[in-house]
Amino acid sequence: MAIAGRVTRRQLVMESLRRYWFKFSRSKLSVVGLAISLSTIVIAVFAEYLAPYPEHAGFYISFEDALQPPSWEHPFGTDEYGRDVFSRVLFGFRFSLKLAGVVLSIVIPVGVLLGLVAGYYRGRILDMAIMRVADIFIAVPPLVLALAITSLLGPSLVNAMIAVTLMWWPWYTRLTYNVVSSVRNEPFVIAAELAGAKPLRVMFREILPVIVGPILTKATLDVGWVILIGAALSFVGLGAQPPTPDLGTMVAEGIKYMPEYWWISIFPALAIAYIILGFNLLGDGVRDMFTE
Amino acid sequence: MAGEKKEALLEIRDLKVNYKVYKGTLKVLNGVELRVGKGERIGLVGESGSGKTTTLKSILRILPYNASIEDGRILYKGIDLLRADERVLNEVRRREIAMIFQDPMAALNPVFKVRDQLYDIIKESARGKLAKEEIEEIAYRLLKEVRLPDVERVMDSYPFQLSGGMRQRVVIAMALASARELLLADEPTTNLDVTIQDQILRLLADLTMKRNLSVILVSHALGMVRKMTDRTYVMYAGDIVEEGDSGEIFENPLHPYTQLLVETAPKLTGNWNPRGVPGRIPDYLNPPPGCRFHTRCPFAEQICREKKPPMIAVEGGKRVRCWLYYKR
Amino acid sequence: MAGRDPILRVERVKKYFKLSVGTVRAVDDVSFDVREGETFALVGESGSGKTTTGYMIMGIYAPTSGRILYKGTDISVPAHKRPAWVKREIQIVFQDPGTSLNPAKYVKDIVALPLVVNRLVEDSREIEERVARLLEAVELPPDIMYRKPRDLGGGEKQAVAIARALAAEPRFIVLDEPTSALDVSAQAKIVSLLMRLQRERRLSYLLITHDLSIVRNIATRVAVMYLGKIVEIGPVEKIFKNPLHPYTRMLLAAAPVILREEEELLPRDVIPVGEIPSAMNPPPGCRFHTRCPFVMDECRKIEPKLLEAEPGHYVSCHLYKEQPVSQ
Repeated sequence: MAIAGRVTRRQLVMESLRRYWFKFSRSKLSVVGLAISLSTIVIAVFAEYLAPYPEHAGFYISFEDALQPPSWEHPFGTDEYGRDVFSRVLFGFRFSLKLAGVVLSIVIPVGVLLGLVAGYYRGRILDMAIMRVADIFIAVPPLVLALAITSLLGPSLVNAMIAVTLMWWPWYTRLTYNVVSSVRNEPFVIAAELAGAKPLRVMFREILPVIVGPILTKATLDVGWVILIGAALSFVGLGAQPPTPDLGTMVAEGIKYMPEYWWISIFPALAIAYIILGFNLLGDGVRDMFTE
Repeated sequence: MAGEKKEALLEIRDLKVNYKVYKGTLKVLNGVELRVGKGERIGLVGESGSGKTTTLKSILRILPYNASIEDGRILYKGIDLLRADERVLNEVRRREIAMIFQDPMAALNPVFKVRDQLYDIIKESARGKLAKEEIEEIAYRLLKEVRLPDVERVMDSYPFQLSGGMRQRVVIAMALASARELLLADEPTTNLDVTIQDQILRLLADLTMKRNLSVILVSHALGMVRKMTDRTYVMYAGDIVEEGDSGEIFENPLHPYTQLLVETAPKLTGNWNPRGVPGRIPDYLNPPPGCRFHTRCPFAEQICREKKPPMIAVEGGKRVRCWLYYKR
Repeated sequence: MAGRDPILRVERVKKYFKLSVGTVRAVDDVSFDVREGETFALVGESGSGKTTTGYMIMGIYAPTSGRILYKGTDISVPAHKRPAWVKREIQIVFQDPGTSLNPAKYVKDIVALPLVVNRLVEDSREIEERVARLLEAVELPPDIMYRKPRDLGGGEKQAVAIARALAAEPRFIVLDEPTSALDVSAQAKIVSLLMRLQRERRLSYLLITHDLSIVRNIATRVAVMYLGKIVEIGPVEKIFKNPLHPYTRMLLAAAPVILREEEELLPRDVIPVGEIPSAMNPPPGCRFHTRCPFVMDECRKIEPKLLEAEPGHYVSCHLYKEQPVSQ
């Protein structure tokens, strides 16, 4: 039987992309958020090409240039070792986004998978086991947990990532669990089960597509929050160690020179705010994309 | 006789309302004309998407943000509500016109007891300051009036502790507190069981009669409207297409759309031929010119495609917007 | 015409839900059978147990006691324990197509699901062809398969749900309030579609509804349920001509009608009052006695039995003890 106007996958994808873009772009702020987020990614990826003094990212000392205020040569001024703060901030984007990227790419699949399983088998042993463990992780104050882990493993960027990962996954499990619970007994799930669909299929092909909205929204917002927590860990000395150009570390280092040499701390701090602002606005747009 | 003789409490003239959506402008209401006499109960029926709720919401000016009133007047006691300032409008909303929605939970706050919510409304709608005892007395009287059993218990319940039927009764009591003139009811019984529906409708009919309240009841269920109103307006795609006595209009429908609606509804007599009205409600982006029903009408002629028919008075107080009844 | 042989038998089925606060007796000793090719209606208000009964037939849950037989095979077990042919032959159409169709999927994937999971199709080409044919059977154009449910009207969505049910080539379909979420016009289209499919494919239907005017027009036999019990059961003509149980009469009296001709059929001796009590603590004796206008002493104490009032027409009410009454 011939079907008039056969539709290709490509056309369908394009059509739904257009629809998503329409909903996303209804709010101008979302578009601004997208622009900011994209700019942070571009900076992170091309830091060595964009930075005027890429060698200032690591060990570099030039005392004659130390503590200079912002100028055309050094737009964000220089720090106590004479390094260009602007260049270091650009590299700071890279470390921050790396942290967020690594953490979220572990946390989201793991958290969502556990939440999906627990929500699907709601009320059974598996549900109890997963959710109680998640509760324990949620119950421990995040900084205490991070402190415990880093003091056990020693302060470093990698260990900070491990700490943030451990404190972050249960929130995805919780979120997924809640949304799965709300659709678990919807007729469309029952219909799939009655048709003979196996649990894995029901979880991944029926339930997951319906709940991507809230998960993606949270993921977008979390880019900012993970970076903030990472910066906080660095700030208290548990994250990246100097001379790594981590934004949190840079703020901490510069604190000693406040308020006379304010630019050493303030510009990295503004950079953190810029990233968080961008991803928060983007998150609002993502949320709009998934609401009718 | 239709309500021409009665003094009009509310009169809607040539109401046009558009909605802006991403595809363009939806031209929904296409010049709605409707009048409600003092103490008269009006029904407004039509398929979902025909503009019934938009009409109701226009009266209280509670349309969603993307709606715009393009034209028309809504005269209430001589004031044009569409042009009245917020203060007048709020006064009317607080004391004279109230609305009941399909879902009673939409009108009830889940975290307050019925008592607190009812007291608030009574206070709001009072002209002067009321003593605590007076408020209490009015509240008890209202709940008794809507025939709730065990008023004391209901007063101290949270909305979720009540059944759907009881919630709708509470909502009616609240509406009665602030509606001294006109009650707007939007599918007030759609989610309830049939025996509860019947009780609520009889209650509404009874109470509005006693208080000489006017009512506009919006529903897609013809039987509900027939049961509870004096006069019925049939709406199709943003136009009133027929008007007549509620007991008569379905007995001998004039407009081809009303005829199809009546034919389509299942009957207890059992000789039902379920066909459905062919086609679907037109796209409001590009509504058909002329009579909006001509795309689905079995009797459509050239003039129907070109010119919107006027409302034509037919014997027996009926009025119909259809070229078939136009006498040259 | 309906055959004589029952395709489905429900024998003394009970379903109790144990909750922390007590036991809900959702269905309490219900028996009936559905004959091949007929439409059997279960009527009652919410809380009557009609949907629970339908869900047990579907295997969404198993009965607490009693048996359900389908073509002689005991199916009183959850769906996943049933033989494949039973699962294929019994399908369901849910009340609200807004929730019974996955909002994130294309119509094609929704309708094809039963084919795909049971490996009844080879490749995507074949899926497309089969889906197009199923959509044709429910009078939808094939290009609708690349739309998502949100792009469709209520009637179209319900037609998609019917197409999905048809994909497994069923013999018996549970229709759970299939039109109560629809407008009159869409309702008429769906009902006429269901009637045509029944004729063409010799389907048997269990119609769960509260709408008596639909029952009157499409069902062959009807059981009226109240608080987990069948209070009256019989052929549709007999029950509508001579409704015996006060609850049946109350339901009829409440029916919204639009013609005078219909109004004359409504009982005038019963005025709808009260609400259905909780199934956790059903009233003793006759469960309807709290709302019944004809209540007598014994109604409060003794539970009435289902007795034959006229051939094929049974009622469970103390008013009709010895001599079956007719009007």
